[in-house]
Amino acid sequence: MGEKVLMKGNEAVAEAAIMAGCRCFFGYPITPQNEIPEYMSRRMPEVGGVFLQAESEVAGSNMVYGAACAGARVMTTSSSPGISLMQEAISYMAGAELPCVVVNIVRGGPGLGGIQGAQSDYFQATKGGGHGDYHLLVLGPSTVQELVDLTMEAFDLADMYRNPVMILGDAILGQMMEPVEMRKRPPRADLPPKTWATTGAAGRPKNVITSLYLDPAKLEKHNLRLAEKYKRMAAEEVRYATHMTEDADVVLVAYGTTARIARAALDRARERGLRVGLFRPISLWPFPYEALATAAAGAAHVLVVEMSLGQMVEDVRLALGETKPVHFYGRTGGMSPSPREILDDIVKIVERGA
Amino acid sequence: MQKVFGRPEALADVPTHYCPGCTHGIIHRLIAEVIDELGVRERTVGISPVGCAVLAYDYFNCDFVEASHGRAPAVATGIKRASPNSVVFTYQGDGDLASIGAGEIVHAASRGEKITVIFVNNAIYGMTGGQMAPTTLPGQKTTTSPRGRDPEVAGHPIRVCELLSSLSGAAYIARVSVTSPANVAKARRAVKKAFETQLEGKGFSLVEFLSTCPTNWGMTPVEALKWVDDKMAVYYPLGEYTRVPEVG
Ligand SMILES: Cc1ncc(C[n+]2csc(CCOP(=O)(O)OP(=O)(O)O)c2C)c(N)n1
Ligand code: SF4
Ligand SMILES: [Mg+2]
Repeated sequence: MGEKVLMKGNEAVAEAAIMAGCRCFFGYPITPQNEIPEYMSRRMPEVGGVFLQAESEVAGSNMVYGAACAGARVMTTSSSPGISLMQEAISYMAGAELPCVVVNIVRGGPGLGGIQGAQSDYFQATKGGGHGDYHLLVLGPSTVQELVDLTMEAFDLADMYRNPVMILGDAILGQMMEPVEMRKRPPRADLPPKTWATTGAAGRPKNVITSLYLDPAKLEKHNLRLAEKYKRMAAEEVRYATHMTEDADVVLVAYGTTARIARAALDRARERGLRVGLFRPISLWPFPYEALATAAAGAAHVLVVEMSLGQMVEDVRLALGETKPVHFYGRTGGMSPSPREILDDIVKIVERGA
Repeated sequence: MQKVFGRPEALADVPTHYCPGCTHGIIHRLIAEVIDELGVRERTVGISPVGCAVLAYDYFNCDFVEASHGRAPAVATGIKRASPNSVVFTYQGDGDLASIGAGEIVHAASRGEKITVIFVNNAIYGMTGGQMAPTTLPGQKTTTSPRGRDPEVAGHPIRVCELLSSLSGAAYIARVSVTSPANVAKARRAVKKAFETQLEGKGFSLVEFLSTCPTNWGMTPVEALKWVDDKMAVYYPLGEYTRVPEVG
């Protein structure tokens, strides 16, 4: 076991990227993630990497596109309004199959919204965001340690699948201080070499990186090939955690920061003798549909808790169909649900259901 | 026998889709010749725009990346910063560079990015069928300025070289045309200087070409060349624009 250090989520994510071999960072200031570019501006020159403050998220994300073309491990980070501006480049990178890591330290919306933590970008992250038929791999950490581990892994996954990977955090996680172990992890040994990178056609035929297929038949073929890749990702990259779901009458479903609050509600419910479990999706795309159906098989009720007015709940309903009632409790725009509120809901559900 | 006119190695041996009399093709050739002459083909990465030159990656024989509309300078920045030994150039139309990509080009120039921009100004949106561009001349008829561009309503044409040459990061800025053999020779020299500026690490370089679009201007190729000389070159004077860098 390595030594634990106390780190703020935002700084931990930056150092994790460096430890994973990220040597290019492009970004634009936005609260509540400014510690990330600030950390990178200090740290990148020390490791011989590139830090550049772009003129906008539109430009910054297209710089990411360029650095990815050159074969670099590259990251950008932002918060909700900035992530909206990055959708153009994200769609192009998905189309051109370029690896990169995008971190969204989500704040409340819509519009300028607020600067407190929220989970209202779930649809944007998991259901497209930009134009075209594509998917990002989306990971939702719930502790600073998990933020670190998943960020490091994200670089491998991006290279493995030649696809952008998104870390979906929130302002609470970004600002939270927690002890973390910074385990350096070398890139996976089985990563394919980046023979496609545009680094100059020295002694080889030229490489071209594009997402343009003017011939509809070729475009369809390209999309079908991408769909095959997404299918592989859906089969291989499902991640989730369960807590006390085995005997649960009520299964809570929550991800990220909200899962921690749900866990606190669960503990209080158990103290009162209520059989409550927690299912925590970690990969939000691919969503753990089957694992959730299995974990909730014995439960009479499912209660989804989010810091939004109901986004992930749609995936939960897809997973469970009509097999049991799926309830929802959400707070929004920086108002996080409290364990007390969740517990009250659990009690109501149990009383009504009895 | 000595070969006096051949295809540059940096140009692919494929037919292009450009209309008859369009000068995009000549501009491609000049760039390819300079890349060959400087011996940098195997280090070069080009970035094609969204516009009539979108398929430039098929026409050049070097690594190429297709950028989204207007973002080529940002993509070039990413490539050059990640891979400083690469010779990076963008190829952009006037809609691409001066309208949707106005922010990206200004900031790439102000940062002094060590890239070369080939800016093809044909005073119109060629690819989408002849709409008004930011460079469309006052009074010029387009499909979205059917009565002629009225600066009161549509604003004034943007002079990109003049604008960018006010920035300290811009190391070489020139405007050229290809309407005569003499102008072609000057244009070739400008492209070479621009690439040399990049190779010497001096900063940002850009060559603006006044280019034709006979198709959307509704002219013959010969009329189009004359319109460049008589109309465009008046509003957009040819020459080098780089300011002497400020001292201190
Ligand atoms: C985001 C976006 N907006 C609009 C378009 C449509 N579009 C394609 S080419 C073009 C204009 C290109 O004009 P210009 O840059 O002058 O190049 P030219 O075709 O004249 O060489 C436009 C508006 C697009 N592809 N993407
Ligand atoms: S539409 Fe205009 S710019 Fe495009 S290829 Fe034809 S002549 Fe050239
Ligand atoms: Mg044009």
